Amino acid sequence: MKTYWKFAALVAVVVGALVWLAVGGINEDKTYYKTVAEIQQMGPHALGKRLRVGGDVEPGSIIRKGRQVSFVLRQDKQAIQIVYDGTAPLPDTLKDGAQALADGRLGADSVFRASQVQAKCASKYETQPGQAHPENIPIRKAGV
Amino acid sequence: MENLGAIAVLLAFCLAVFAIVAGFVGGWKKNAFLAHAAGRAVYSVWFLITVASAVLVYSLTTGDYRFAYVAQHSNRAMPLLYKFASWWGGQEGSLLFWSWLLSCYSMVVVFTNRRRHRSMMPYVIGVLMMTQCFFLIMNTFVASPFKMLAVGRTIQSVADGNGLNPLLQYPAMAIHPPMLYLGYVGFVVPFAFAIGSLITRQPGDEWIYTTRRWALVTWLFQSTGILLGAGWAYAVLGWGGYWAWDPVENASFLPWLSATAFLHSVMMQEKKGMMKVWNMVLVSGTFFLCIFGTFLTRSGVVSSVHAFAQSSIGPWFVGFLAIMVAGTLYLILDRLDYLKTESRLESVVSRESSFMFNNLILVAACFSILWGTLFPVISEWATGEKISVGKPFFNRINIPIFLFLLFLTGVGPLFAWRRTSLDSLRRNFQWPLIAGLVLVAGLLAAGMRAPFALTAFGLCLFVAWTIVAEFYKGASAISAKTGGGRLAGAYELTRRNQRRYGGYIVHMGIVVMFVGFAGSAFNLDSTVEVNKGDAFSLGHYQLRVTDLTSGDNDNYAWNRAAIDVNKDGTPLGLFYPERRFYKSGERQATSEVAIRRRLNEDLYLNFAGMSDDNQRAVIQAYVNPLVSWIWIGYYVLLLGTLACLVPSKVRLQYARTKVLGLKKKVYAPAEK
Repeated sequence: MKTYWKFAALVAVVVGALVWLAVGGINEDKTYYKTVAEIQQMGPHALGKRLRVGGDVEPGSIIRKGRQVSFVLRQDKQAIQIVYDGTAPLPDTLKDGAQALADGRLGADSVFRASQVQAKCASKYETQPGQAHPENIPIRKAGV
Repeated sequence: MENLGAIAVLLAFCLAVFAIVAGFVGGWKKNAFLAHAAGRAVYSVWFLITVASAVLVYSLTTGDYRFAYVAQHSNRAMPLLYKFASWWGGQEGSLLFWSWLLSCYSMVVVFTNRRRHRSMMPYVIGVLMMTQCFFLIMNTFVASPFKMLAVGRTIQSVADGNGLNPLLQYPAMAIHPPMLYLGYVGFVVPFAFAIGSLITRQPGDEWIYTTRRWALVTWLFQSTGILLGAGWAYAVLGWGGYWAWDPVENASFLPWLSATAFLHSVMMQEKKGMMKVWNMVLVSGTFFLCIFGTFLTRSGVVSSVHAFAQSSIGPWFVGFLAIMVAGTLYLILDRLDYLKTESRLESVVSRESSFMFNNLILVAACFSILWGTLFPVISEWATGEKISVGKPFFNRINIPIFLFLLFLTGVGPLFAWRRTSLDSLRRNFQWPLIAGLVLVAGLLAAGMRAPFALTAFGLCLFVAWTIVAEFYKGASAISAKTGGGRLAGAYELTRRNQRRYGGYIVHMGIVVMFVGFAGSAFNLDSTVEVNKGDAFSLGHYQLRVTDLTSGDNDNYAWNRAAIDVNKDGTPLGLFYPERRFYKSGERQATSEVAIRRRLNEDLYLNFAGMSDDNQRAVIQAYVNPLVSWIWIGYYVLLLGTLACLVPSKVRLQYARTKVLGLKKKVYAPAEK
């Protein structure tokens, strides 16, 4: 039986270490999904938290200024100004009317500073080829 | 034409239902006639799905745009290869493709086992056809590829289709989905045999011997598919990486992890008669993860860069999964008596124990990735707030996991069965350990500080050394006996025990890949806005933009930069990163990156776009050390897996303790 206890102790150590890593990882990396309206309602609570917001890119709102790219995400009647300042290129699919997700933090000036932007053609790929081709959708990641 | 396809899948569905009934009833009543009929039904299902697929492929290649599917996924301009690849380029087609592969597998299973496993086969057919039936329901009633556009009524005519997304028009991408599918679908075979063995209360491990090669081949397909996907992402997407922990990537990785665990733990069952329940759990779990992956990425449950669309097929998958999981659980619990372990764990430092840790770690990796991927769903359900975790979470937990796994790769195979003596530990690990530590010390002295990369490099050398030493030892013994050279000895050694030495080669491939992964700790990148004549530098490289051009042709418009590259003063020539805007469909833009691939590092140049005043080009330059090792590691892994598949020259007999019950101390004959 002694062997089993030793074995169990080792397993406990390994599993414990992994759980510790996982909990730490989640706390460090969690991002809240919010709608545009929810972010606006959160007011000061939204500051500093990592947020992910989705919506449609308002036609004509994409402005490039050097490396900085700004655009407006609209969801129904609400809209939010997004500024992306990352090093990675923006996805090719980010253009007027596309669905986009922005990850980042809300600044005090209520401009959303995104560290990562994902986008997807709105109309053409509504049914995803999906499953077994992990990368086969016309999407590119930007930023990390 | 379109009716032929639709009728063929409908008939296939009916026959699959018949095969399920005939299989289960035939097996239960021991009715040879029904069992035989079930086998025949499998052949017919294959024929009908092949006809349906032929109809679809014919329409895709000839451009019959009355088909909604063809209009969406094919066009006139595409080369034949991609017209054909459109078969799996969209949801409906890929589900049909899945069905077709499954029917091919089923047919092969029925044919190769037509004179074997008389009692088990009807159930195996039943389980295969249950899965087939589910996919045929999708093909027939939920996502039919044979929907027609109302040409001649509301629509006058369809001149041309949308075409396959330009990003997918890349050779590796055309074979990447079939590879992954072959891997996913293939795991249904070991699963079906496991279930068949449970139902018929097989006392032995017949299902494991029968499906060992199946499991290995499908595992190889999965590995190939995942690596092709990574290679494509690296060469085409222009963000300088190959893996992003995206939900869809994770979905393909999960079954691979559990399949890897399964491939290891079956050895415990074969040689020691241990972990029988666990193997049942792993083989079923892998199959469920394959189905679950499909569900995850198509239902829109988790938002992914690949798929944030909703689709109606989600509930069907949940239903199918629920039925299969419940049935499997019931069978395992009901048949626990037949799954008793035949020997016991004797020492923590033993082969058995290292297999268990290997399994624990792989399943932990699998679970953590599943947890991270589903975290938005779980957190929304638990707290009402949707929270996601991303790359930092996955890296933080998986880097230590995989380093530990790498360590086990080195020590596990050299631990003896039952228990390992201190003496043998020293003999086997003294020099590899010293070599690894010397390498780490050397790298530290050279100024390398990244802790994970240091550990990885040290472990890689350690593991590689143990593997080479194993080959060297065995080859020396053989060449001393036969008088041949050591290389011939190594070949002979592998021929005598293909599985063992093939396995070592696979491990070597993994080691080589890890060298590549560890290289990512030293990635450099820079984004610059440049004009013609501007120069910038990155790492050892000096880059100068000599020309910016643009133009267009029938298919796309392009911007291109010509960049003159010097490395520490040595000219490397001109590189031409390009950005294309395809004219068809939605003016999809793609990056044609310029990569200089070398063993030590890749220089990766991407034309990211024009600045808004259209005067300057935005260029991204990356230096990615050691990336090529990942692709090389894959070929080593391929070679090793093929070596495992070749039958050994010497048929090894494994003596097994046949005593049931744990209380009695059993002395098994020593085995190797």
